[in-house]
Amino acid sequence: MNNVFNANRIQYIAVACSIILLIIIFELTRKKKIREEYSILWLVSCFIFLIFSIWREGLDFFANVVGIEYPPSALFLIFVLAIFLILIQFSIIISKLTEQNKNLTQEIGLLKLEITEIKKKMGKVNFRK
Amino acid sequence: MKKKSNSVLVIVPAYNESQNIVNVIKCLKKENSDWDIIVINDGSIDNTGELAESTGKAFVINFPHKLGIGSSVQTGFKFAEEYNYDIAIQFDGDGQHKACEINRLLEIIEKHEADVAIGSRFYKKPFIFKTTVLRYIGIRIFEIVNSILIKQKITDNTSGFRAYNQKAINFLAEYYPSDYPEPEAVILLGKNGFRIKEVYTEMQQRQGGISSISGFKTVYYMIKVLLSVFLTFTRPKINKNVQKNII
Repeated sequence: MNNVFNANRIQYIAVACSIILLIIIFELTRKKKIREEYSILWLVSCFIFLIFSIWREGLDFFANVVGIEYPPSALFLIFVLAIFLILIQFSIIISKLTEQNKNLTQEIGLLKLEITEIKKKMGKVNFRK
Repeated sequence: MKKKSNSVLVIVPAYNESQNIVNVIKCLKKENSDWDIIVINDGSIDNTGELAESTGKAFVINFPHKLGIGSSVQTGFKFAEEYNYDIAIQFDGDGQHKACEINRLLEIIEKHEADVAIGSRFYKKPFIFKTTVLRYIGIRIFEIVNSILIKQKITDNTSGFRAYNQKAINFLAEYYPSDYPEPEAVILLGKNGFRIKEVYTEMQQRQGGISSISGFKTVYYMIKVLLSVFLTFTRPKINKNVQKNII
């Protein structure tokens, strides 16, 4: 009996957490603090987490398939996998940004040099009329 | 900046080299006043950029923040590509290379013996260059790994003293590794069919400043470079008809 109570309690916590997280991500995206393309993985993960938190039979089945004795632990597996995916996505994004940042910096450097050389040839540039 | 016959651009990457940079530029200009020099000041926190500019003998590119040596050198290639230089020389800003030895590298490129010439400390010479044990092991590992991967013995993979023809310049302007680029660039070039040739060059002890790689960093450097080298090797050959970068 006690066991069932514990299982239910973790279930309630999981449901509450995933709903709160869903709301947070949704709100952040709505306020444009997170871009839509980066919120998708979060929202999908939260949604899957929520489904398995509510749908106990599904969780039991999943736990059985992957060989987890205590089904609520399967929630942690799902959770960890989701975080893994999101972190990998972050690494990809950071790498892309680094590359873009490098290219921009190089071009700024080249442009600044060209401007300096042009100024040398044409004299000081005066923006005031 | 207009095209001459066999125009030569000397690319000098510099990070916090205020002690050496003026001397390096002077030596280069003294060696051959026809060479254009471009100093890439990689976001130095000292006055390397201003000192280089004050000589009035070099183009100076100042980055607003540090990008790493690879990205600095690549900017030089981009400049060389944009202004159609025939030959680019990579020359460290710390005064370790001898300006007079550039001619040895130039000769190889001018005679079309290779697309890339590398100034090697160890080519056909016994290992006498003073260095730490860790570095020695590292250099030997690169020699073995790179030699196997591109089926050509390259004795000094970490040398930053190199000459490139236009074909190599245009390729590297597009593709050049970011940090610790030298060993990786050897693989990249070898794998993509560029002819590489080494020539013996001396290397002087640093005239001032500190080396970018020391102590524990050496280990990180080794791991990072070996990973990059293997990854570069496993990547498919890059199609030569690459879209030209719009600068």
